Amino acid sequence: MSMGTDNKIIAFCCEKSAYLAADRAGRMRLYYPDNVRIIRVPCAGRVDALHMLRAFEKGAAGVLVMGCQEGACQHLTGNLRAKERVRYTASLLEEVGMDGARVKMVNLGPDMAQKFVRVVKDMAEKIKER
Amino acid sequence: MIIAERKPFEEIKNMIAGYKRILVVGCRTCVTICWAGGEKEVGILSSQLRLQSGRNGNELSILEATVERQCEKEMVTQELGDKVQDIEAILSMGCGVGVQTIAEIYEDKPVFPALNTAFVGMPEREGLWIEMCAACGDCFLDRTGGICPVVRCAKGLLNGPCGGTRRGGKCEIDPEKDCAWVLIYRRLEKQGRLDLMRKYYEAKNYRKVKRPGKIEALEA
Repeated sequence: MSMGTDNKIIAFCCEKSAYLAADRAGRMRLYYPDNVRIIRVPCAGRVDALHMLRAFEKGAAGVLVMGCQEGACQHLTGNLRAKERVRYTASLLEEVGMDGARVKMVNLGPDMAQKFVRVVKDMAEKIKER
Repeated sequence: MIIAERKPFEEIKNMIAGYKRILVVGCRTCVTICWAGGEKEVGILSSQLRLQSGRNGNELSILEATVERQCEKEMVTQELGDKVQDIEAILSMGCGVGVQTIAEIYEDKPVFPALNTAFVGMPEREGLWIEMCAACGDCFLDRTGGICPVVRCAKGLLNGPCGGTRRGGKCEIDPEKDCAWVLIYRRLEKQGRLDLMRKYYEAKNYRKVKRPGKIEALEA
């Protein structure tokens, strides 16, 4: 098992928003780093601290949890729960001496392809710096 | 149920320093309910230990297991099976009873507690647990409308409130907390049993349960 040896970014994308934004970015031929791996989830609220930690364990350098904008979650509070879990996971990473900023919550709508690209690029840059 | 919370990561890390092959054992009973030592928490702690060891270049081999009830020898031996064979140390995420049960079964392995066992309590709301019983061995709840003053009164008073009850029925020690005796009064009032408030009770015999406690069922 490799740990933090490659620079992959795992993006857990809500299928109602971020996944559509990523798809749109592709259709618009927007460039974004090729080290991002998208995992489609039914809601950002499905992503657990354990999923994020396992991603790091298996070699990810960064994790993005991408859900709907606040107030727009189809499951009402999925994105708010995800936000709390990301915060909790950041604290777990810091306990083991890792940078908590390697995990990030992002809220975006299904048409926000540009924002999706910007967030992924930012994370890729951040990982390179560290 | 028994309420516990996880020890700080630093403390756990220091406890197991020097051991390479570690089995992290959770329990599916009380500590699962209080989010301290269930299957998920075992996964999180194991993951943290692996990440930490990977960073130090000091690779640990961490095995995970969660048993139905860590305080029952049969369940522990049956569910852990031969997982323990090649293990150097066991990190228990059960309550203090679970840790001791495992330590008694596998006497040749060091067993470390990953949790601090806190009290016997109940969930008040999601993510909040409150102490409800001191396990004093001499239950008083028949006289207090089912509210235990031994635990829920900051002073453990048995004959009504102290003089410090705040306005609004709050405790003088902690203004966030309800005065147990105000709660008892209101409960007894609802039940039409306020006469109980006029009775005096002798000091409780806290030596009723000789420590360590031991109860043997008659049918046994």
